[in-house]
Amino acid sequence: MSEVWVQGVGAASPAGWGMGAFRQAIEEGKPLAVQELERPGWSRPLRVRRVPPAASRPAFLGHPRLRRASPITHHAVAAALEALGEDAERIKAGERRLGIILCVMSGCVNYSRRFYDETLRDPATASPLVFPETVFNAPASHLGALLGTTAVNYTLVGDPGSFLQGLVVAADWLSAGWVDGCVVIGAEELDWLTADAFRLFTRCMVVGEGAGALYLRAGDRPGQESAEVRLSAVSGAWLFTNRADRADAVRAAASEARAWAQDSGTLVCDGVQGVPWLDEPERESWRDWTGPRLSPRRVLGEGLMASAAWQCVAAADWLARGRHRRAVVQVSGINEHVMWAGFEQGSSGKV
Amino acid sequence: MVTALGLGCDQNAAGFRAGRTAFRPVTLFDVSRQRTRHAAEVDLPAELPGGRLTRRKEARLDRAGRLLLLAAQEAWTQARWNPEGLIPMVLGTTSGGMGMGEAYYRQATREPSRHRRQPVRVVEYQAQRQGVEMAEALGIRGSLTIIANACASGANAIGHAWQWIRLGRSERVLCGGYDALSQLVFAGFDSLQALSPTCCRPFDARRDGLALGEGAAVLMLETEASAKRRGADVLAEICGYGASTDMHHLTQPHPQGDAAVASMTAACAQAGVGPEAIGYINAHGTGTPLNDSAEAAAIARWAGARAAGLPVSSTKASIGHLLGAAGAVEAGVCVMALRGQWLPPSTTHEQTDPACGFPVVARPQDARFDYALTNSFGFGGANASLVLRRWS
Repeated sequence: MSEVWVQGVGAASPAGWGMGAFRQAIEEGKPLAVQELERPGWSRPLRVRRVPPAASRPAFLGHPRLRRASPITHHAVAAALEALGEDAERIKAGERRLGIILCVMSGCVNYSRRFYDETLRDPATASPLVFPETVFNAPASHLGALLGTTAVNYTLVGDPGSFLQGLVVAADWLSAGWVDGCVVIGAEELDWLTADAFRLFTRCMVVGEGAGALYLRAGDRPGQESAEVRLSAVSGAWLFTNRADRADAVRAAASEARAWAQDSGTLVCDGVQGVPWLDEPERESWRDWTGPRLSPRRVLGEGLMASAAWQCVAAADWLARGRHRRAVVQVSGINEHVMWAGFEQGSSGKV
Repeated sequence: MVTALGLGCDQNAAGFRAGRTAFRPVTLFDVSRQRTRHAAEVDLPAELPGGRLTRRKEARLDRAGRLLLLAAQEAWTQARWNPEGLIPMVLGTTSGGMGMGEAYYRQATREPSRHRRQPVRVVEYQAQRQGVEMAEALGIRGSLTIIANACASGANAIGHAWQWIRLGRSERVLCGGYDALSQLVFAGFDSLQALSPTCCRPFDARRDGLALGEGAAVLMLETEASAKRRGADVLAEICGYGASTDMHHLTQPHPQGDAAVASMTAACAQAGVGPEAIGYINAHGTGTPLNDSAEAAAIARWAGARAAGLPVSSTKASIGHLLGAAGAVEAGVCVMALRGQWLPPSTTHEQTDPACGFPVVARPQDARFDYALTNSFGFGGANASLVLRRWS
């Protein structure tokens, strides 16, 4: 298959809108401040990390399709447009066919909760304007409409481990010539419902929100800008069914990823976040790793699919800025998959 | 295959061949304040073929997971695959275990301090859990990809699995789609006034909306070489897949069906056939005024002169709109029709909309044809078409 290059990255995160704020927060490595989120029926609020309000209203919100869109669409579109950079105009002009792959776990939960609440109160008055925005693929559809692209567009649902599957799907589309470029986005939005659900399993987790995006292109160095990062390898998926199975899957994936990483000059972007029972297998597998590491979740919170995207975005960005030559990302999902991916500065490989 | 017509391919084939419909008053949730009160509910069996699932896990399964498991067990048994090695799975759904999510929300708001059963609901609500539990029940391992492209999800899943095989990533892939009726989705379509207050009549001049259903279909795809090596009974060949995006509106298709033309054209190009080779179209045909007129326009544009002699039907007239399962179930219907050489009808059809430049199959009939095309179009402009060929 063709070589697959990362031509651009983008992020919206609790650190702020854009790669500048993201980079700075990850560089500092200090967990961001926690906010409180009201949980109806409880006196004690939930602890979360939200994407802060934008300094100015993003221009893309002027598009008619985005008038009613919920935060997940805002996050996804912002990250995607940043990753696409100047190519967004080429796509709008019809000069490039863009594939869109949106990966979510919780998805459009704000409007889903709101619409179901309306339904329980009185279905006769439940809003027909809200319902379409509850559908998993609404954000990807809005992005497609904004960019005027009619090429293939998937929304993938799964646990964070599935984000790397999105990269594989993109590589397949590029390889098959279905598209000239493909943006892969992991995005989520916060809601008390999601934060409340995770609280049933652990009090340590701080749920976050936002999006990360990678713009992939195929061929012989298709980008003329700073696109010198190659997606060199994506593992198969270790599917697990329970906690013990997950630990085995994490160890197996780590073993393979370490073999690919080769030496301690390789950057490891891990999924550790400060929840012992989730972190332990990965922490144990990489315990004696002496090379550089980044742990975006520790800083930004558990952004579910957005977190997996942030791991990849950080890896690609650190390579693009010449900080390292190779990076490995291990994404250990919560209740489905463990996978890893390898990125390299400008050398050959296959996905 | 599981639909309101029955459990398994045989019951469904018999239902379609007899021209049955399967709608009845909704019993799964309160619809007393909705405009429409009918849907095509599945009668789930008391006992599930749980396979390797423990009784405890089986008892926890959401309704959607049960539908998926029933379809998967039938396909697995029929295909006689060896569970050794990795078997990738690609599934389509729109709402996963929404019923569990609804139960979670009701308890979380009405009894905020009561947590009994809530952790199970949180887990089982998530779409990936139905796939993981299906894999566990069958005793298989491999990657699980879940496509949630609204009503095109099932067709996308099959097309993606087919592409996976064509790219040489695997010799075999388990694929399909599933969705269960849920209150949120039912109320959603009702709020859009998309549900028919009378009955679902695709391509009929008097059509006034869709009817919801539920179900699942699972297809076991493998390379021809693998099938021959195993001496497998091949049911049909998938030979084309096209996908496109309609930017016109979040919930309404382009009036001339531009993206539908693109997906049908792409699927046929991959199959290496033109409209003249297609012997039957299983249309998306929801029965809403806008969908059917756009799809009719698209079929007319795409098929040209061939349209006048090209039989088209929508099996949603019998089983309702299965949303994320629709594309998979309808592909399964095409497989059965190709194998048995019959055309499934739009059972409720009476008076063809003059906009349809093609014959609508209103009664079950025998036919001789080698290629079938199935369309699935969803919210967000997700369009997918599959071309299937009779195996001989």
